[in-house]
Amino acid sequence: MPADRTQQQVLLREYLPIRAKILEIAAALDRMDRAGQPLAEGAQEVDQTRAQLQQALAVLQQAEPSRAERVQQIFSLPYDAHWQEAFGMTCQC
Amino acid sequence: MVYIDPHIHMVSRTTDDYETLARMGCVAVSEPAFWAGYDRGSALGFRDYFEQLTAFEPQRAAQYHIQHYTWLCINAKEAENVALSREVIAMIPEFLDRPGVLGIGEIGLNKNTRNEATVFLEHLDLAARTGQQVLIHTPHLQDKYQGTRMILDMLTGDRRLKRHRVLVDHVEEHTIRAVLEAGFWAGMTLYPVSKCTPERAVDMVEMYGPERLLVNSAGDWGPSKPTAVPDFIMEMRHRGHDERLIRRMVYENPLEFFRQSRQFVFTPPEAFETTRV
Repeated sequence: MPADRTQQQVLLREYLPIRAKILEIAAALDRMDRAGQPLAEGAQEVDQTRAQLQQALAVLQQAEPSRAERVQQIFSLPYDAHWQEAFGMTCQC
Repeated sequence: MVYIDPHIHMVSRTTDDYETLARMGCVAVSEPAFWAGYDRGSALGFRDYFEQLTAFEPQRAAQYHIQHYTWLCINAKEAENVALSREVIAMIPEFLDRPGVLGIGEIGLNKNTRNEATVFLEHLDLAARTGQQVLIHTPHLQDKYQGTRMILDMLTGDRRLKRHRVLVDHVEEHTIRAVLEAGFWAGMTLYPVSKCTPERAVDMVEMYGPERLLVNSAGDWGPSKPTAVPDFIMEMRHRGHDERLIRRMVYENPLEFFRQSRQFVFTPPEAFETTRV
């Protein structure tokens, strides 16, 4: 149930915070680049993490709604419906 | 506006925070048992902690005219130690009839391990056998979605539990729908960085409505803001939401949930609309 606000009203209020947050992300990415090459041990993890961040950033450019939920899923471990069997626990279902 | 914080760890906060909360309109807090930041060495440590939660903390809160309620458990982090957990679970019934004890919590999962799940189920069994309400912690960050789904599997697998008496806390955009659709209460925690912001919490109120939805600060010993519920109130007002809706979210909904506990005795503030200075 949204309050009665127009897109213009929302944009007017959200523009500066969005701008600031985009700048924070941009600066953090620049910071990573300036830090030099990763150590060999852990380099794969760095690459995977950066890929995850890029994947999440790509969601922001998509027109479909529920971007926040999709970003959350990118940063989430998957769920296995058979976890109780894997744990050797009795399925209560 | 008066409000209730349904999830805050006041044992880790100073009396300065009680004074600030009181000045900002807080009339009651609900404090689940949690991880102190280190692993306790024995069940005796938990006995002392439960004594602090049920006896000392309500007195400290009362000095600032705040009513204090509590929940008891061994938290998800320390639940990895199953033997210790079983000692603590066996001790909990001694405290369940104390004034202000609302139920079992905050139980849950942390890293979604087999031991954590085992202890979670044993807490649920205790709650079912003793007719207690349940308050649940869902994991942080990357573990949240997986852990919440596992928790819902365990909850829905126990037909003794009344879903309207169970609160699944720390929901976010990717977990709230499943919790609400399953018939449980959902709590949104306003926590810097690792959980939700007031803005995103208001988004979720707008998307899902106020039914069975709570908002809390989960103020504790780490980076947190005990005055986060007033931040939520302000964001609701900034967006033009009705005062009745705001009051429902921060006062009436907590009361509706807590009234289901036999140990919940609440004295409404004398002047509901008076702003505390």
